[in-house]
Amino acid sequence: MDKIDDKPLTRWQRFKDNDIVWSFLSSPGAMIAAVVASVMILACIFAPVIAPFDPFDPAQISLWDGKLPPSWVEGGQSKYLLGTDNQGRDMFSTILYGGRLSILVGLAAVCLGMVLGVTLGVIAGYVGGVTDAVIMRLADVQLTIPGILLAILINGVGRAALPYELRDEFAIYVVILAIGLTDWPQFARVARGATLVETNKEYVQAARIIGLPSLLIMSRHIMPNTLRPILVIATIGLALAIISEATLSFLGQGIPPTTPSLGTLIRVGNDYLFSGLWWITLFPAVALIVLVFSVNLLGDWLRDALNPKLR
Amino acid sequence: MLLEIDGLNIAFPTRRGIVNAAKSVSLSVRAGEVLGLVGESGAGKSTIGNAIIDLLEAPGRVTAGSIRFMGEELRTMDADQMRDVRGKRIGMIFQDPQTSLNPLMTIGAQLVETIEKSTKLRGRGAYDHAVALLEQVGITEAVARLRAYPHQFSGGMRQRVVIALALAGDPDLIIADEPTTALDVSIQAQILDLIKSLCRERNLGVIIVTHDIGVIANIADRVAVMYNGEIVETGDVAQVLGAPKHVYTQSLIAAVPRADTKLDRFTSVDYIEGNTASFRRIDIQNHWLGKSQRHDHTGDAIEVSNLNLSFVLQKAMLKRNRRMLKAVSDVNFTVQKGETFGLVGESGSGKSTVARLIAGLYKPDSGQVHVFGKDINQNRKAPESRAARQALQMIFQDPYSSLNARMRVLDIVAEPIRFYRLTDSEQETRTIVGDLLEHVGLGAAAALKYPHEFSGGQRQRISIARALASRPRILICDEPTSALDVSVQATILNLLKDLQQELGLTMLFISHDLPVIRQMCDRVAIMRHGEICEVAEIDAFFEAPQHSYSKHLLDLMPDMNLLTAPTSKV
Repeated sequence: MDKIDDKPLTRWQRFKDNDIVWSFLSSPGAMIAAVVASVMILACIFAPVIAPFDPFDPAQISLWDGKLPPSWVEGGQSKYLLGTDNQGRDMFSTILYGGRLSILVGLAAVCLGMVLGVTLGVIAGYVGGVTDAVIMRLADVQLTIPGILLAILINGVGRAALPYELRDEFAIYVVILAIGLTDWPQFARVARGATLVETNKEYVQAARIIGLPSLLIMSRHIMPNTLRPILVIATIGLALAIISEATLSFLGQGIPPTTPSLGTLIRVGNDYLFSGLWWITLFPAVALIVLVFSVNLLGDWLRDALNPKLR
Repeated sequence: MLLEIDGLNIAFPTRRGIVNAAKSVSLSVRAGEVLGLVGESGAGKSTIGNAIIDLLEAPGRVTAGSIRFMGEELRTMDADQMRDVRGKRIGMIFQDPQTSLNPLMTIGAQLVETIEKSTKLRGRGAYDHAVALLEQVGITEAVARLRAYPHQFSGGMRQRVVIALALAGDPDLIIADEPTTALDVSIQAQILDLIKSLCRERNLGVIIVTHDIGVIANIADRVAVMYNGEIVETGDVAQVLGAPKHVYTQSLIAAVPRADTKLDRFTSVDYIEGNTASFRRIDIQNHWLGKSQRHDHTGDAIEVSNLNLSFVLQKAMLKRNRRMLKAVSDVNFTVQKGETFGLVGESGSGKSTVARLIAGLYKPDSGQVHVFGKDINQNRKAPESRAARQALQMIFQDPYSSLNARMRVLDIVAEPIRFYRLTDSEQETRTIVGDLLEHVGLGAAAALKYPHEFSGGQRQRISIARALASRPRILICDEPTSALDVSVQATILNLLKDLQQELGLTMLFISHDLPVIRQMCDRVAIMRHGEICEVAEIDAFFEAPQHSYSKHLLDLMPDMNLLTAPTSKV
């Protein structure tokens, strides 16, 4: 039987006592993945401070320095650690700036998909009936179309709707919208499932007896209790969104080459792959793989940690 | 001695240190004897059962002591030898007959498989033995039943099959872990009789692990009482239940509700939840809680007339193809203001559905629910019917799912106060929540914690505080204590009684437990298959039940004559 302590736990004690924190501290794989992912994400966010060059500043770019190999290869210069691309931009700096854009697009797209999906999913699960059928069939229909095709479609329509001179400027928002709108059915399905479980629990019935309106019950009681599984698919969804962005950009449908993302960099490098300039495509690709892999590992660990039955 | 346990220690290493589930436990069982191992949840009684057959859940392990079965030490056996003992010489009966049978195999296949594994019988011989076993455990038409799947059996029948499986290897000892907890009272009595008669006929040793003193009183020859991993008292059943020596046993037995006489309060059980009794109680009459609300409530508290509700079991476009279950059929009763009205029935009788209909969680197919004279389902948005519903609050059975785990206790209890703006300021709300928590015996400091930091009984107190925060006139209690240990049940029932007196509440008390009903209620209604069989004054019902089903239910009540007289002071 629990003892009643008079002192409530402080936030820090509660944090340390948390099973998830404990599980994290006892699984080395998750810790390595977290360190790698956070180093990369931080480096990208602070790219303006860390990067030796600013690839968007024409004054710092000289075409004479174009296509230089990495510094440890013969012909490389020490100031260009990972070499330069065809326009003479420092690869290391471009990767940091490009990663920044990729991560930004990924996060924003996941947030959009999550907000949309969770809202629709919780409504579908709680209200049920026709509303449920309409929302979930919509999700089913959307899931029959391959995600990347749908993203290309939304992206294309979005661009076409913009006046020509704004297209490059707004390209990033269109990409976010395209990936976010492709993502939501995953979130809606999980949120609906969790909502069906929570709605039958007695605390929701208690809230209904108090007389709380449905909107308040959904937002205050049900939604916070569906967040655990949502968090898991959001983490894995982040990795997928980063890949989607890279794919779109690689296909030339995403971020324009003037403000390169990782995908754009890989596409540019792809053209030089067989002319011996391997570094232009290899380094952005490795950065992308390491980032996505570590985020995925984190997601896997989170899923196991939140669902003790799998252990 | 069939089984002798001596100085057994079982430890569960966890990340917060080692938990000793059993501390130098010593027990013995003779052939032809039923030993009852009784204790509350967390006492370690199931752990001992599992340790005997070497099925401790990871990371638990036996750290000291010996387990001698027919003179052989079980602890030093290797896995192969142990497998021989398990099933062949020691049989197990688990709590839930739903999960202890394989749903994809026929009963026959499961029995024959077990028989072939644990005896020399093969093929036809094993099959004949399976038929004989089923007949022994009281299943008629055994030959036909062997071809059936578990889902075609009722809960009680399934438990009989589980017992047949346990007997398949012709064991010398049977360990039954809460064998009747998942069953209704009527079936519980049959299963206990069966276990007892098998024990006598086959000269078996039986260890029955349970939290239910009633089960012990009915079946056991000797009792071992466990508390916090230790055996505090062992002895003959009449002696332990009738004249307990240890303080814990005394308070445990004092907390068992009695069906024969009505007591004002349960004797206090300080030994168990000692620190809750001393909290400050507030002066209800002059407190916010006691102040009457805008709407005055007149007339009968609850009036239910011709209530009907069916659930759809199988959906179909055409009405005639739908399969319906009549959960509530033509139910009528009235609850007067200030009384406690009991609703009794076995599982599936529709008593909880009636409660949810009254609370407005379900809408009836036909019939009316009047709360203080207002029809709650007519014009649900109208202020009168809203006020009527607001005057009614509910306390649920499961203390674990009835509180939102993501909210602080303060926010849980304050929710109705804040939503209806029942106070003038947030400061006042916080003071009132603190007072409420003090009054239900938790202390104001509980407000800043989260539900998972509390035990089941404490959570039920939070539920009560939340219900009170709406300043209700009617409290519906849906099996409020059936998920709790007896000692905790006694304190919660005392709290409910006190609150009812102080606030003049009307209570609708739903339970399957007749002794609890006798202690709590003024009048009682008996439900079966969605219908009400009988409504009676509580004393009249227990002394002279009218309906044949009521008599049947009363006959099934565990015999508590062994217990100490209610007047003896603890």
